[in-house]
Amino acid sequence: MPIGEWFKKENKRAPADQTLTKRAIPDGVWEKCLGCNEPIFIKELERNLMVCSKCDYHFPLSAYERIYHLADPNSFEELWEDLCSEDPLCFIGKKAYMDSLVEAKNKTGLNDAVICGRAGIGGRKVAIGVMDFRFIGGSMGSVVGEKITRMVELATDEKLPIITVSSSGGARMQEGMISLMQMAKTSTAVARHSKSGLPYISVLSHPTSGGVTASFSTLADIIIAEPKAFIGFAGPRVIEQTIKQKLPKDFQTAEFNLTHGMVDMIVNRLDMKRTIMRLLDYLEPSGVVE
Amino acid sequence: MKRFAYDFERPLVELETKLEELKRLESAGKEDIAVQISYLEKQIQKLRERTYSNLTAWQKVQIARHPDRPRTSDYIEAIFTDFIELHGDRVFRDDVSIIGGFARLENVKVMVVGHRKGRNTKESIARNFGMPHPEGYRKAVRLMRIANKFKLPLITFIDTPGAYPGIGAEERGQAIAIAQSLMEISVLEVPVIVANIGEGGSGGALAIGFGDRIIMLENSYYSVITPEGCVSILWDGEGSVEEATEVLGLTSDKLLEMGIVDCVVREPLGGAHYAPSLAARELKKELVKALEDLSKVSTKDLVEQRYSRLRHIGYYTKARESETLSGKFQNI
Ligand SMILES: [Zn+2]
Repeated sequence: MPIGEWFKKENKRAPADQTLTKRAIPDGVWEKCLGCNEPIFIKELERNLMVCSKCDYHFPLSAYERIYHLADPNSFEELWEDLCSEDPLCFIGKKAYMDSLVEAKNKTGLNDAVICGRAGIGGRKVAIGVMDFRFIGGSMGSVVGEKITRMVELATDEKLPIITVSSSGGARMQEGMISLMQMAKTSTAVARHSKSGLPYISVLSHPTSGGVTASFSTLADIIIAEPKAFIGFAGPRVIEQTIKQKLPKDFQTAEFNLTHGMVDMIVNRLDMKRTIMRLLDYLEPSGVVE
Repeated sequence: MKRFAYDFERPLVELETKLEELKRLESAGKEDIAVQISYLEKQIQKLRERTYSNLTAWQKVQIARHPDRPRTSDYIEAIFTDFIELHGDRVFRDDVSIIGGFARLENVKVMVVGHRKGRNTKESIARNFGMPHPEGYRKAVRLMRIANKFKLPLITFIDTPGAYPGIGAEERGQAIAIAQSLMEISVLEVPVIVANIGEGGSGGALAIGFGDRIIMLENSYYSVITPEGCVSILWDGEGSVEEATEVLGLTSDKLLEMGIVDCVVREPLGGAHYAPSLAARELKKELVKALEDLSKVSTKDLVEQRYSRLRHIGYYTKARESETLSGKFQNI
């Protein structure tokens, strides 16, 4: 079953113009690759986990698509899916935060920017958290922070490995300091999980930056990046404005991060599940450290 | 010498400059102007109260950034004794945007770590305006580990516009350095007390900016992003910085109300730079009190309570039944 249909059938709330649906049932049968500009058949692209077979360009994925690619069939059990952001600051910028939330919910069919739960990967039970960049830039506010923390706590309690896939612009500005504190909250949860001798594998996908790279997602035992993904702390525009010079060509790419020792490996999406399975095998929990 | 003043302070500074002039004339014995002087002093007092009594959020941010505002090193000097500075991250270099070392608070031996800004232009440039590189956070982590090993309470001072956004900083893992500092604080088995004395700029502040007690000076701010950054992103650069500052809820009183921080230390009218020793004395009282309170807590409870404080930060609700995706994905 093509991923689009699978998603459509399951998600009654997903609106008709859902990007995922659109991708599966397009006007034509092909799409132009954003990497090499060549036309690619949608069916072929989907079979290839949304990776261009000509240039290896990794198309962005929704959280559920990622889970579909990583989790064993029928193994994913979503948790805390009904948590929704509130508007603690009554934040009104150019747009009201409440309006941004409603818009994001309608666009994605999600309640916030992360999907968490239990899943099986190659027969191993794991706790998993996958971010969705389409939801306000995958930003971390109360709900993302809370769901990640609950997922990590659950993994600690049930002695499960953690897998996260991040894509985020950072802390969610519209919730002010509450968002910033989610960095400390999630990091503390990860510290406790790690102290219990349990494994954590973090996948950084395009793009991961700001408060998410500066908290839970880089505190894993193993950090994997997708090819060419943007990974960094500060955005390139801010850096250019600060240092008043042009940035190097591959600056803040996955490859740059590998060269500078910030990630363990770059893994093509087609090899991701198998790589995670192989790593989990080595990261068998050694028992709880008291 | 011309004094630094923000727009909203200008009328006050003009009067103060005039007063200085009169006092100079008087001390030179030129004229008998005692009456004039005392009249002007009263005027100044009134205007000062008017100027500083109801500051907007943006005006507070300006005071937090005031070039004459006391720095971490000033507070270390005023509050502690026997400070021994420690240098370096043992990996790359000594980041002078972070200062740290042993010190005594009254008679308690502690570890102090803080952001370091300069007192003048030359110093500010040398210290990168208090914006640390990864090695600064790694130095902080190194000192935290020493504190933990030798059971020294950790006291941090927050005063940074943010972690430095630059090429070297990214190459050496700014994000990871911050994350690791957060992780390190979370497991420290000693009391951690945070004093925000000026600018609490985003992740670069948070990296050493949470713990068992968070104290804020009245005119300091603590924010997820700088007001200017917020305008450029959420208003596409078309909003006013005053408006953004207000809505970000970054002032000490607002954060106290929201339960993010524990205590606000009142500053002398006009800001800590008007009476630095008074500001330091008030801050010291709160530090001593926090340390006394926390020293009664067992190590295990300390770490648990630190987590549970964070655990309660967040505003969320459950979606209405009709809106939830509940159960739809149970069987993927
Ligand atoms: Zn291509």
